[in-house]
Amino acid sequence: MVPASAPEQSLVGGMAQRALRLAPWFMLLILLAPVVLGVGLTILPAFGYLPAIGGEQFTLKHFVALYQAPGLTHSVTVSLASALVTPFIALSFVLLFLAAASGTRLENWMRRLVAPLLAIPHAAAAFGLAFLIAPSGLLLRWASPSVTGFTSPPDALIINDYWGLSLMLALTIKEIPFLLLMALAALPQIQADQRVNIARSLGYRRGLAWLLTVTPALYPLIRLPVYAVIAFASATVDVALIIGPNLPYTLSVQVLQWFNDPDLSFRFMAAAGALLQLALTLTALLLWRGLEICFAAIGRAYALSGHRGRADGVLRGIGLSGVALAVGLSIGGVVALVLNSFAGFWRFPESLPRSWNLRAWGDASADIATPLGNTLMIGALATVLAIALVIAVLESEQRFQKRLSPSLILLYLPLIVPQIAFLFGIIVATEFLQWTPSIAMVVFAHLLFVLPYSFLALSEAYRRLDPRWAQLAATLGAGHWQVFWKVRVPLLLAPCLTAMAVGFAVSISQYLASQLIGAGRVPTLTTEAVALASGGNRSIIAVWALLQALLPMLGFMLALFVPRLLWRNRQGMRGSA
Amino acid sequence: MSRSLCKTFVMLLCLLPLKGLSDTPDPSVWEQVQAEARGQTVYFDAWAGDPQINRFIAWAADQAQRRYGIEVVHVKLSDTAEAVSRVLAEKLAGNNDAGTVDLLWVNGENFATLKQNDLLFGPWAEQLPNFSLVDADNHPEMRQDFTIPVEGLESPWTRSQLIYYYDSEFLPSPPRNIHELLTWAKANPGQFTYPRPPEFLGSTFLKQALLELVEDRQALYEPLVLEEFARITAPLWSYLDELHPVLLRGGRSFPSSGTQMRRMVGDGEISLALSLSPAEASAGIAAGELPETVRSYVSDAGSIGNVSFLAVPFNARAKAGAMVFANFLLSVEAQLHAYRPEVMGSTTVLSMEVLSEQERAAFANVDVGPATLSVEALGDTLQEPHPDWVGALEREWVERYGAR
Repeated sequence: MVPASAPEQSLVGGMAQRALRLAPWFMLLILLAPVVLGVGLTILPAFGYLPAIGGEQFTLKHFVALYQAPGLTHSVTVSLASALVTPFIALSFVLLFLAAASGTRLENWMRRLVAPLLAIPHAAAAFGLAFLIAPSGLLLRWASPSVTGFTSPPDALIINDYWGLSLMLALTIKEIPFLLLMALAALPQIQADQRVNIARSLGYRRGLAWLLTVTPALYPLIRLPVYAVIAFASATVDVALIIGPNLPYTLSVQVLQWFNDPDLSFRFMAAAGALLQLALTLTALLLWRGLEICFAAIGRAYALSGHRGRADGVLRGIGLSGVALAVGLSIGGVVALVLNSFAGFWRFPESLPRSWNLRAWGDASADIATPLGNTLMIGALATVLAIALVIAVLESEQRFQKRLSPSLILLYLPLIVPQIAFLFGIIVATEFLQWTPSIAMVVFAHLLFVLPYSFLALSEAYRRLDPRWAQLAATLGAGHWQVFWKVRVPLLLAPCLTAMAVGFAVSISQYLASQLIGAGRVPTLTTEAVALASGGNRSIIAVWALLQALLPMLGFMLALFVPRLLWRNRQGMRGSA
Repeated sequence: MSRSLCKTFVMLLCLLPLKGLSDTPDPSVWEQVQAEARGQTVYFDAWAGDPQINRFIAWAADQAQRRYGIEVVHVKLSDTAEAVSRVLAEKLAGNNDAGTVDLLWVNGENFATLKQNDLLFGPWAEQLPNFSLVDADNHPEMRQDFTIPVEGLESPWTRSQLIYYYDSEFLPSPPRNIHELLTWAKANPGQFTYPRPPEFLGSTFLKQALLELVEDRQALYEPLVLEEFARITAPLWSYLDELHPVLLRGGRSFPSSGTQMRRMVGDGEISLALSLSPAEASAGIAAGELPETVRSYVSDAGSIGNVSFLAVPFNARAKAGAMVFANFLLSVEAQLHAYRPEVMGSTTVLSMEVLSEQERAAFANVDVGPATLSVEALGDTLQEPHPDWVGALEREWVERYGAR
């Protein structure tokens, strides 16, 4: 009998096999080395050590200076508040929505809507929201003067407000689709319907039944994404620059300002600030962990009390209206962007511009070649590298039956550690190694964020694939690689493409990694959009924000249609996730 | 806090060897410079918050490619400090001949930092063939940047002057000076604001207010004496304490730039705004961003004016290309193009007296629009204070108002 695994015994096969075995470690190395190294290189200057600019001795004086910096307390307060309020509201709405909508047609609609909503990058969504709710924004234009009586924009501090409420709103409407997607992907693993049915047979109404029986099983599966939301909300730079408070700034933006100060001695304070940001994010995570324990206790106590509850309708109402509001604001923002991009002179309170033109689009088309090319190239390279690695790791897991579960949490380190805390160290290193900023460096920086998200998007589908397909193929004489190429890849094409679309969207939305690592020499759609925000010309901002949103949207559409095209005569393989 | 650090830092700078001067182009042999420039890529780091300026730079880059075979890449900055900090970091890292910045649009404050730390290439500017067109002997402002002698380390490319513009539909007679501004703002709360310092225009407003408020301006043109700062600037802070509550948003939030103010005037959110470009209002009308009822004026106490310069860092790779591009920006053709309100509306740095009849006529024939002030109407130019004051004013502002 010919051994089924004959091809693998060849030299090449053996090497590939060995490489596969090492893939998980390789991935961890790629993700962890820059983060650990970067944080390390930030710690030294924070304590005064950076010989190149005269810091020879370890000292705490930069922390003292940091403590005395004007407005620091408020910056920290707003960042911390945003880190807790954003995920709390987003998660509450998502859970209440799912409780109300699971198993209904609404859930199916949402499944379809979630990807395009997710595709809108954070910066574009923030611009859209700003154009919608600002005192001279679309909502007030439409309501004035008929409803409000305003003939000029009211003097109200809505955008860039002191407490960062508009910042939290922007983040919340952006994180709701993300958490929804994660929850929808996790739900099939936990037999939600059976749980609800049992609870209902015990006399609970549907919403409460879902909350009491599904949430405890679902939450551990989406805990990591929630932590990523907390970390992002505590440390975002681009969204805070666009819509966050500026008197004072949030901590992350303030740190960036210090870093860019022409007086290089401010870099010590920036480093100290970056460490404070890290501490702030960790504090937020710890406080959240405390909230988790509290809510678990309350939930258990409530379940044990046996109350069947009367507020079911209210809870479901909150969930449905919350998610509807978030979706409405996202779509409204896109509408505001589209209108503004074609707008000529548009005085308040006119509900539509006096004239329309293509000026902003024309201008953009002249400038777009380089940033678009860079964005596509970086996005494509980062996505392809990421998906290759992710598949290698997952395949290695299948083949050697070894899950890297304990070290799994480390995979998400780049999402948890604030970007500013480790990019800072990386920049200092590259500057002093005299590396010229290049596309390759930016791709590598993007990989730090694209990889974890791609892994998050693909791992469940890969692990859930029925192992009997592979066993069946093996009994027919297929080797490991044949199983991989002829069975697993085709069956998993749809989720793979979705994971790539997610990765591509993540790459496009990166601001800090592109701006700092590229030193402004590698302009992307996002860095251009944020740089133009400092200008404030609405039409131009709108055009760039729309362009920035268009690419990920195309990515998701490809991910949706390619399998349908390829498998048009294989109904079961077209996939939906 | 950072005083001793700065000292160590400056000492370190002095110790660093000045390398890489051997193969630098000699601006006095222009043919050679042009020959060397061909094929170079010039990274031009310039503030990119104004789409009109960006468009002009794109046009100039296109011309440079066609005429001189130079590829000019506009590195779009949201704050010039980023580039200065980068050049400084490169010097400290011993990067003496492979810098990432070739040409830099600097303001006086950053120029002072760069010059003080020996971070500039040159002198080169006065050897540019087109430099004679600015007639520097009769226009001393071409050789001074915020009171600091330029000494051929920067080439002028545009002029700016602080102007006010207003919507005459809502505001028939605008306040003519800083005192009237306060009276008017109190009677019309929420109708005025200024960009948040250290944004350049916001800082310029602080300097303008200070110049109008102090009795003795002379101290502002000399290096800052720290002990005197509180006394001299006291009138400014008590003025702002009164002004801020009647600004837009009660002074709790400030626009991030002049372009954002332009948008606010367009929306009718405020009726009075500031600009450093005398043609801002006409340009805004031409671009459909401002109503046709907008007009401009300057303070009757005179207004701050300055010349914008371009500098080449000491470690630039494409020095020849940078010089050729700077020379092109000084040409009659480029200056005339920038002068048109639909392009950039910038006031030219060229001296009309030294231009030919034909060239003068070309400038005179440009329709600058109804909202642009004539050179006579721009009135007296107040010189920029010494750069020391800028940083000190900005820090004090942030201390007082940046974080309540």
